[in-house]
Amino acid sequence: MSNYHFVVERSGIHTTFQDSGYEHLQHIGITTGGVVDNNLFKIANKLLDNDFNETIIEFAYQGPRLRLDKGKAHIVVTGDVHFMISKKSEDFSEKLGETFKTYQLNEGDIIDILATKSSVYGYFAVEGGFSINKYNNSGSTLVRSAIGPNDGKCIQENQLVKFNLKSIKKNLKQLSYFSDHKDNIIKVLEGPQINFFSSETIKNFFKRTFRISNNADRMGIRLEGNEILSKNSSNIPSEGIIKGSIQVPGDGNPIVLMTDHPTIGGYPKIATVILNDISKIAHLSVGKKIRFQKVSFETAEKLCDKNEKYLDKIFQSITTI
Amino acid sequence: MIKNINQISEQAFLLDFGGEITKEINQNVINVFYYVYEQIRKDNFLDLKNCVPSYNKLLLQFNPVKKNKNEIFNFINAIEVATIGLQTDHKEIEIPICYDEEFALDLHDVSIKTNIDEDMIIKSHLSTNFFVYMIGFMPGLPFMGDLQSNLSVSRLITPRVCVPSQSVGVVEKFCVIYPNESPGGWNIIGRTPIRLFFKNKKNPSLLKPGSNVKFRLISKKEFFELERDI
Repeated sequence: MSNYHFVVERSGIHTTFQDSGYEHLQHIGITTGGVVDNNLFKIANKLLDNDFNETIIEFAYQGPRLRLDKGKAHIVVTGDVHFMISKKSEDFSEKLGETFKTYQLNEGDIIDILATKSSVYGYFAVEGGFSINKYNNSGSTLVRSAIGPNDGKCIQENQLVKFNLKSIKKNLKQLSYFSDHKDNIIKVLEGPQINFFSSETIKNFFKRTFRISNNADRMGIRLEGNEILSKNSSNIPSEGIIKGSIQVPGDGNPIVLMTDHPTIGGYPKIATVILNDISKIAHLSVGKKIRFQKVSFETAEKLCDKNEKYLDKIFQSITTI
Repeated sequence: MIKNINQISEQAFLLDFGGEITKEINQNVINVFYYVYEQIRKDNFLDLKNCVPSYNKLLLQFNPVKKNKNEIFNFINAIEVATIGLQTDHKEIEIPICYDEEFALDLHDVSIKTNIDEDMIIKSHLSTNFFVYMIGFMPGLPFMGDLQSNLSVSRLITPRVCVPSQSVGVVEKFCVIYPNESPGGWNIIGRTPIRLFFKNKKNPSLLKPGSNVKFRLISKKEFFELERDI
């Protein structure tokens, strides 16, 4: 283990270590977890030549302010993020950082990740990866279960964030292609309990808009503004849950389940957000309006393939600065 | 019997074993669960990511990028539930419980709702051979059954913001134990001094789907002694 580390001068909001999450543990109540935005996670590691599943830092709305206390580091920030870099050698004059571009930091330098712009989640990664204690081969923190790196906690002010460094590479890299088209239409598949809802209710579910409430986090996003009531019972025998499931509790305000979802759930599920649109809905901030659009499994699977090709195209566009 | 195989996402099938919540149906779910889970553990079978049993369903999460959905479907379709055999660990796990009023926050109310004396409720609870239908909601939390039908009560109208860890709760014919402090709407009738979830053990959860459980009465004095020793 190396001694190289950052000191956390400000923790940011819900700043945690994450990777692709947990497998084979949901049957004992440990959820899948992992990064909310898989593409931003993969791009960050690719830009740094890391393993594709190297643990990175995720934050929501505001990121951390980190001072490189010991060592040298290559870093990258991915997402729609506003951040500053202050170099000791330049008398700490603050310079605006660019996302999707790697930087070298030297001892004493500071990176201040001020805010995400028109999105919610952003990522910070370091070449060689962070030096953390994994749990069951995963570097994902499950804060509610107190499981994972950093004793299952969010990253705290004044703590050290250690990283591994083998030999720092000479080249800095950047992307020359990134397309981030945003609309507020969320594609969904028919849910397993769609029969709990009348055809009129289903029609309204797709026709009217919902609002993202302030009750939104890594576990789920509560929607408001379009009450959806089931025609009979608002409970089902609890069953296994998958990310993207849209549960409808008795009060009629649906919950879109995100990456830290409960392992089982007892509310009827009207629809499932397609994998491709999970990050789209997760990046919509409080008050934003959305509409659901039904698609077939075939379409959803095609979009999943298309995303893999899109990632390939991005990876191929990486150039040395 | 697997009644239906429904795809519910690009990455999941939900297997339906029948509409009711009975031990017989759940035992089928659990048998298939262990059958699949053992294969996953051996050689990353079909690249499955999770296999989650519940009362009457089994969720299978797969990797959509692998494009082996049809292979997984055919594998499930070929499972003959009757020939898999019982996969349950028959060893009975004993869980000490104290019903002192300090811990049994709702025992008095359950007695009023069911019109059964507190002593009789305790006696009935202690004599029940519990079966773990599933683990979930939070790490290590068991959903157990079946309580005698005359003890059936509904959820609290207003859930507690904070249920103390290791509290034992009942709703309808089911009984749960909260491994950690948590919000919750179950009627709390006692507390156990033993822990149910040890995150750093190889098998972190004391109980598994299909485990057999029996409660053993302890006094408040024994409760604190056991709690101290753990």
